[in-house]
Amino acid sequence: MTRDSKPVSWLLKGGRVIDPAWRIDAEMDVLLRDGRVAEIAPRNKVRGSADETFNARGLIVAPGFIDLHVHLREPGQSHKETIATATAAAAAGGFTSVCAMPNTSPVNDSPEITAWMQDPARGAVVNVFPVAAATLGSKGEQLTDFRALQRAGAVAVTDDGRPILSDEIMRDVLHAAAPLNLPVMQHAEDTRLSAGCSMNEGPTAFRLGLRGMSAESEAAIVDRDARLAQAAGAHLHVAHISTAATIKAVRRGRRNRAHVTCEITPHHFALTDENVGSYDTNCKMNPPLRSADDREALLIALADGSIDAIATDHAPHARHEKQVEFERAAFGVIGLETALGLAITKLQRERKIGLARIIELLSTNPARIAGLKERGSLARGSIADVTLFDPGARWTFHAEKSRSKSRNTPFDGWQLTGRVVATIVGGNFVYRLG
Amino acid sequence: MKTKRRSLLDIESLATAEITALLRLARRMNPAKPRPLLRKKRVALLFYEASTRTRVSFEFAAKALAATTSVIYAEASSIEKGESLLDTGNTLRALGADLIVLRHPAAGAPHLMARHLDIPVINAGDGMHEHPSQALLDAFTILRHKRNLRGLRVVIVGDIYHSRVARSNVHLLSKFGAQVTLCGPVEMAPDIAATLAPRVRVTRHFEEALRGADVIMMLRVQKERLAGRQIKVGEYAAGYQLTSERLRLARRDALVMHPGPIIRGMELTAEVADGPQSVILEQVRNGVAVRMAILASALGVAR
Repeated sequence: MTRDSKPVSWLLKGGRVIDPAWRIDAEMDVLLRDGRVAEIAPRNKVRGSADETFNARGLIVAPGFIDLHVHLREPGQSHKETIATATAAAAAGGFTSVCAMPNTSPVNDSPEITAWMQDPARGAVVNVFPVAAATLGSKGEQLTDFRALQRAGAVAVTDDGRPILSDEIMRDVLHAAAPLNLPVMQHAEDTRLSAGCSMNEGPTAFRLGLRGMSAESEAAIVDRDARLAQAAGAHLHVAHISTAATIKAVRRGRRNRAHVTCEITPHHFALTDENVGSYDTNCKMNPPLRSADDREALLIALADGSIDAIATDHAPHARHEKQVEFERAAFGVIGLETALGLAITKLQRERKIGLARIIELLSTNPARIAGLKERGSLARGSIADVTLFDPGARWTFHAEKSRSKSRNTPFDGWQLTGRVVATIVGGNFVYRLG
Repeated sequence: MKTKRRSLLDIESLATAEITALLRLARRMNPAKPRPLLRKKRVALLFYEASTRTRVSFEFAAKALAATTSVIYAEASSIEKGESLLDTGNTLRALGADLIVLRHPAAGAPHLMARHLDIPVINAGDGMHEHPSQALLDAFTILRHKRNLRGLRVVIVGDIYHSRVARSNVHLLSKFGAQVTLCGPVEMAPDIAATLAPRVRVTRHFEEALRGADVIMMLRVQKERLAGRQIKVGEYAAGYQLTSERLRLARRDALVMHPGPIIRGMELTAEVADGPQSVILEQVRNGVAVRMAILASALGVAR
């Protein structure tokens, strides 16, 4: 089924609706009509009728997942991925919206590119919300036109992998973003200290003879950014936090009344730097996999609410960019199709983190962070973006079956619990299992 | 059963029995008495870094076993823009290479090649990671003078952080129960180095490390690296140069070793380098026999 098919109304019947935005966790039926949630009511209490019924018995019915951090690779790097293939993978992973990083080629620093990425001709099957560059060419020198970018559809600004190091530029970015309520996303890495480094500093890096990135520099950038964000009254969103020190810095910033939110990737809560093993380039990402102590601190922060969102940092790379010497290999892994399975396997099963909290991390909070009104909830009148999943289904992820154009994942062959069964965007099924 | 052909990628993943077998085989190899074990075999020596002794040593070893050899020097620049490592490996394979000896500036390069190629790959030094044939020839040399490695007190001195020789030796010595002390200024011998293997400790005090030592392995110290870490050559020598006086702190029968190339007056004095306790040239000599064993074993023609 595609989005072009004639609009039909759907009754999602007999599922367990979990909508953290309204603190709902109950068996309910949901009626979707005209791209909206038309009705949501206890079993058999929906009054309106639907063209079609979807049997959701045994499934969780959740507000559609929103990924705050993906690399779609278009324009310019379609040998790695296209917007069509990435969003197909997103749909299979239960994501109804993805926020696209600007490190495309050319960099998305203009309203034209921002609009191009959202053009229906790109063939996206889920919503694409561009995150535009904060500076021209992400060179960290001259600010982009935030207002024009926002008008063209950008939901945040960032220079992502080329973090803004200059205090002055970061201050200017935050001051320009604040009145527009535009979040500023920062990849917190002091690139002056990490040149030539390819993994986390620690015993594994020493053993492998690889230069290590220090864990402290990430937190130092967050401390500075939080201070500047507080002064500017801006919203700072810290991308893919990876260390114990960083979550402390985030908490410190909040105590000082800065508006700071943060996200974590599934690979950072599922793996540690020891997984690099014998130079596995599918375990090379930036920020790098960290120590077991870091992972432990982040799992605690996931449980206690300190971390706001799970974002995949989906970063496809072609085979020839990964099958090279470890130090030369590209940073990053794909992650859209494994996010839910890893969250349920690693957070719910192993750490007893509830499904409502997991949905909050995957939908409710990301919608708020990116300012996506009418999404991230199944309240009546919301846009009909819905993810249906079976929390108890065991399955094996096979990289070669991925819908992404790339195969760079450390989770190939992993047995996971929790599987997406259907994904609905604007009232239309964009993915159905099997 | 098919004859076992296997790569030698690092010491860390080897079992002690495999190491013992290689050392035993090396004792039966004599570069002066060629054995045609590798007749009609083609050995490619692929060097992405300058090397004299390791390259010549492998080349002589292969020739002493009657193999055909070819040395390929890859320009450092070709790594950035040229053919990929795997493509080069596949090309050599297609040309008929039966084995590749690889020296490469990137840690893990031999592992990558071995994963994707169906011929053995011998690591002749990969970045800061390992230099397994050096550790094997060092163990071979030590065992010419000491009954076994268990309980031996071995001091490794110098730039541990950058040294693949140190990493391989630490793994090998630790596996056999030696007590390894790593010694150098904090920039070169960081505390984390003690996590490499069991029974490894790190100290900054050379004199203390030397007391009671059975073996002293000096590493090459590069001037550029000292400069990069703002260490003056004189200061380094004052703290870590092996002199005759310092050598007296070690056991009287302590061996002085060095993987070369040595810089007299830098990490050790000429007097010590040429002194009776020095086995530096013997190490070089033993390298050929040990590499003969490595090649023969990798191609499954001797065990």
